[in-house]
Parts: sequence; structure tokens; C-alpha cells
Amino acid sequence: MYTVGIDIGSVTTKGVLYDGSNFRSIYKPTGFDPTTIGESIIDDICTEFNISKGQISKVLGTGYGRIHLPFADKVVSEIICQGKGCNYLFSDVKGILDVGGQDSKAMLINSNGKVLDFVLNDKCAAGTGRFLEMSVKALGLTLKDIDEIAFNKEPIEIGSMCSVFCETEVLNLMMQGKDKGAIVAGLLKSIATRISTMINKVNPASEKIIFTGGVAKSKVLRNYLRQISGYDVTTPNSPIITAALGASIIGYEQLLKEAN
Amino acid sequence: MRPKAMEYFDNLIPENMVKIKEQKEQGKNVVGYYCVFTPVELIEASGAIPVGLCATKQDPIAAAEKDLPRNLCPLIKSSYGFAVTDKCPFFHFADVIMAETTCDGKKKMYEYMKDIKPMMVLDIPNSSTYELKREHWVHELKRAKAFLEEKFDTQITEESLQKAIKAHNTERTKLMELVSLNKHNPAPLKGQDLLKVIWARQFQLDRETYLEKIQEIIDEVREFIKNDKSKDDRPRILVTGSPTGVGQEKTLNIIENQGGQVILQEACSGVKGLVKNVPESDDSLTSIAEKYMELPCSCLSPNDGRFDLIGSLVEEYQIDGVVDITLQACHTYNIESKMLKDFLQENYEIPLMQIETDYTDADTEQIKLRVDSFLEILK
Ligand code: SF4
Ligand code: SF4
Repeated sequence: MYTVGIDIGSVTTKGVLYDGSNFRSIYKPTGFDPTTIGESIIDDICTEFNISKGQISKVLGTGYGRIHLPFADKVVSEIICQGKGCNYLFSDVKGILDVGGQDSKAMLINSNGKVLDFVLNDKCAAGTGRFLEMSVKALGLTLKDIDEIAFNKEPIEIGSMCSVFCETEVLNLMMQGKDKGAIVAGLLKSIATRISTMINKVNPASEKIIFTGGVAKSKVLRNYLRQISGYDVTTPNSPIITAALGASIIGYEQLLKEAN
Repeated sequence: MRPKAMEYFDNLIPENMVKIKEQKEQGKNVVGYYCVFTPVELIEASGAIPVGLCATKQDPIAAAEKDLPRNLCPLIKSSYGFAVTDKCPFFHFADVIMAETTCDGKKKMYEYMKDIKPMMVLDIPNSSTYELKREHWVHELKRAKAFLEEKFDTQITEESLQKAIKAHNTERTKLMELVSLNKHNPAPLKGQDLLKVIWARQFQLDRETYLEKIQEIIDEVREFIKNDKSKDDRPRILVTGSPTGVGQEKTLNIIENQGGQVILQEACSGVKGLVKNVPESDDSLTSIAEKYMELPCSCLSPNDGRFDLIGSLVEEYQIDGVVDITLQACHTYNIESKMLKDFLQENYEIPLMQIETDYTDADTEQIKLRVDSFLEILK
């Protein structure tokens, strides 16, 4: 018996296959046609893990593109899924920070993975993956380069928290001949400050927090986050699949409930 | 179930936009107002019709931004935009505007508005603990009385005041009777419908019919409740924060569409101004002051009254969660949100979610995500 969780994000679509004790995952770019991505990720899961569609008892959808999953048995918000997924990987953790493409969020969960409180960034993109991507692009870099270039650099203070102005500020700093690495370090530090405020708002009473989302892969960012928030920051091996994992687990729990 | 009598309210605002013209042509005076601090009794006692002014649409905001900063609450920008573009019939037919010094944005905006219409701006003390606030209120009411008397060449008598007080007390009591039907689970009335009926109070030009129609809804619902055996586990939500007007039901809509029940609103567009009546005495101005100075608006500091009110409402109406709507750049409600969250958590273990929004639809999806998650938490 398998369940599948699909998380259609603005940048990547993730699929997790769960059998009640183990999980396996894949992901690929969401692209410009989110209507077909759901179907194709199921096909990919079947080929990759060598199972037939008939063996999948439940599909749960989440993420911004979840409306594009007409075949899903249920859709659940990514906040709830994130809580479940992180709780599965780290059962003792109460606080989660997730920085996605379009939004960033902080969550407080209980020992069953149930979300007790959450905050999301407001309309503007500051403190999201998109903010970082746009600013880094202005420097002629990609997200892959950031850790290498910012490592051990003295961060330059970045004042603008608005992604539109930040691009200008970054360009100005470049004109002044400032070191690219120091600018990137400054950017990462400013994001860390921003998201630290979020985690402090939900105020998890544990030492450790889980940091997920694409940008969580950055060691430099994690270090700043540790320094600024005061929490011990842990990142799962695949920080982008936790919501899809949570969805697959919620699906499995429902399966068990229905069987009873 | 939607009460049949609701249909009357569906068309009330557009219809009264036309009717206000007729009233005007028959020689009636009209006083426009924006806020629940407005002592409508006083206006009515002067023989004029008090009408609420348009303030809840996005359309005129661009025009308002010619004079006002962008980073301002949409309610203020919309009010002003309607005024400068002359697109609000109620504003158009108003002889004077009665305003008050509540939040900073509003009071500074009124300084521009006074060039469009004659204004009477009541000075509301911002401190709820100010020892002289009663005297101050009475003084301001006297000033307003003199203003109206002079403007409309009339006398506001104790008798006319008492009559107006009685009429508005009846109205408020009737509305609270309606709202309290939602103590039943499942709530028989939708939040949007309650909003519509309460909102209509500011535009209604025929009190008798207005009260009759509310009574019809009450009767219909009572009948329905008698036979209602249904069970409902949709979370019961109280909405509070900045006012949510007709035309701006975005968040209410989302809560109800995503599977929550909006039981009632504490905000100004809800019961904030309805829970207390003007005490009936032979010193009407002091009595009016008594009621209005106790309104729990976030413009006052400290605003303990709001916490007390919400606390009793969440108990009486078996509320599962509170949604606090903050209009963008509304500092007072925004800042108060955390206090309210902590208060509800500590005393009632009820979670609060704050939603910051404006009048555009750009954030509908984001609000949906928040509401979805919040409702799932409440289950
Ligand atoms: S929130 Fe305060 S200022 Fe705004 S309408 Fe209500 S009472 Fe008036
Ligand atoms: S919502 Fe806030 S900022 Fe806007 S008018 Fe009311 S109190 Fe003022």
C-alpha cells in the first residue's frame, strides 16, 4: 500500500512515495504548465520506483499549484503538510522555518506534528527565495554560487528589504567597487534577520528549529540564522521535499483511519 | 438556509442611493459620517438624516492618491477618493460631514476634505483613562449641537434628543437580537448577511420597514432553529480588526468558502457599536457622551474595552478561532493584534490569526492559504 504526496511549488514540484515506514522522493521544475505537472510527477514516481499506478491508494496535493491536481484525493495546505513532514523526520522539534520561492513561513508544532501557530510573510517578497534570487541575479550570479562566494566574507549592511529596491542597492554597491562576496554575505544576513523575526514570533520553546526550503541548503545562511535567532538550526538532507513528505504521511494516516 | 427577508437588504443600498435624492428634494438635511463614534442621535434630533458614506471600494483610490500618500489605509483613501470624484451619492447629497479625530490618517485627511464639504470634526480624546473625558465629550457634543442648529437653522430640544435616543436604542437592541441567533450551532446566518444588515443601518431611510424586515429574519430563523437537528463541525470564527464594509467582504468570503463559519464581527462593521445603548435619562447629552466615550476602538489607548468585549463574545458564541483583519497601514489595529493574540491565548486558549490586507484582489490566494491552514489548525 502506497500513498503519494505532491507539492507543486512556484519553482519546483516535489513528489514523495510513502509505504507506511519508508519514503522516497523526486522533484523537477514546475515550469510554465502546472496543469500537467501533477500527472507527470505520478508517472515519474511509478517509473523511478518501479510500481504501477494501481498500487497507489491515495494521492494528496499541496502547494500553490494544488488546484491543478484534479485527481488528488484531497488537498491540504502546505503549512499543515510541512508540520507533519518535519515532525516525521525530527520528532522532538517544535519550530520550523520554511523559505520557499514565493513565501517564507514560521511554524510552531506539537509533538504530533500538529501546527499550533504560524506566520507567513506579507505581500512583499522580502525574505523569500525570490528576493534572494533576484538580488543575486543583479550581481550576475546564480543561487548555486552564493555559498562559495560569500564564505568567510565580512557582510555589507543591506538596508533595503524590498526586493525591487534591493536590486538597485546591490547594483549601487557594485558600482562603488564593493566585493561581490561581501554583498552576497550581506544579502544572506539580511534574510536571516528577517526570518529570525518570524521564528521569534511563533516562539518555539525548544532549542532546535528545522530550516527547510531551497535556500536552506546555504551553509552561510544557516550560520547567520543560528547567530541571529539564537536557535540551533537543523536542515534535513532534502530540505525541499518536507511538505510533500507530510502530504504523503497525512494520506497514509487517512488510509489507516478508513481501514478501521 | 437563507432567510427570505434578506432580499430586502440585497438591494437596499442601491435603492437608497436614489431615495436619498428624493429626501433631499423634499427639503431634508443630510449629514454624512464615517465612523461609529458619530453621535447619530444628535444628528437625527436636528431633523437631519445621518448617512454613512462610501469608503469600501478600490475604484476611487487612484484619485485619492493624487493628494494622499500611497502608504495609507485604504479606508481613508477610498473615503477621500469618493469625495473628490463625487461618485458617492450619499456624499454628494450631504450638507455637512460629521467627522472625528480618531486615527492620525483620518484626521489629517479631513483637513483636505474640508475644502470639498463643510465639516464638523469632533475632538475625541485618545486616552481612555483621561479623567476629564466625560466633560470633554459633553463639551464636544455641545459644540456639534450648536453647529447643527446654526447650519440647519433649527433647535435641538431635549425632547427631540430623547426621541432619537429611543429610536437608536431600539435599532441596536433589535440588531443584537438578530446577531445573537448565531449562538446556535450551526450558525443560521452567514457573516456576510449579518454584515449587510448591520451595514444597512447607516443608509436606511425608513426605520419602520428596516426594523420589520429584521424582525422577519428573526422569526424565520427562530422557526428554522426549532426544527434544526443538523450537526456542524465547521470552525466558529469571530472576525475583528479594522472595519470590513459591504463591497469589501473579501476575507469573510474566503473564510466562509474555505469551510469556516463567520459567527459575528466585533469590528465597527459588526457589534462594536451595538452592544451598548445610550442610557435613557433626562440629560441626553451626558447620556450620549456616556455611550460613545466607551467605544473600544484601537485609536484609544489603552484599549482594554476591546479585550473585554472580545473575551465575552468568544465565550457567549462558542468561538473556536479569531481572525483579526488589519487594513494595510492601519497602525493602531496592527499593533494591537499581538496584544489581542496573547490575551486570547492566555485567557481562553483561542488562537488568533492576523490578516493584513487592502482593497485589491491581489492577495486573495495568499489569504486563502492562511485561512485554509488556520481552519485546519482549529479542527
Ligand atoms: S475603527 Fe475606530 S476610527 Fe475606524 S470606524 Fe471604527 S471607531 Fe471609527
Ligand atoms: S482602519 Fe485603521 S487606519 Fe484605517 S481609518 Fe480605521 S483606524 Fe484609521
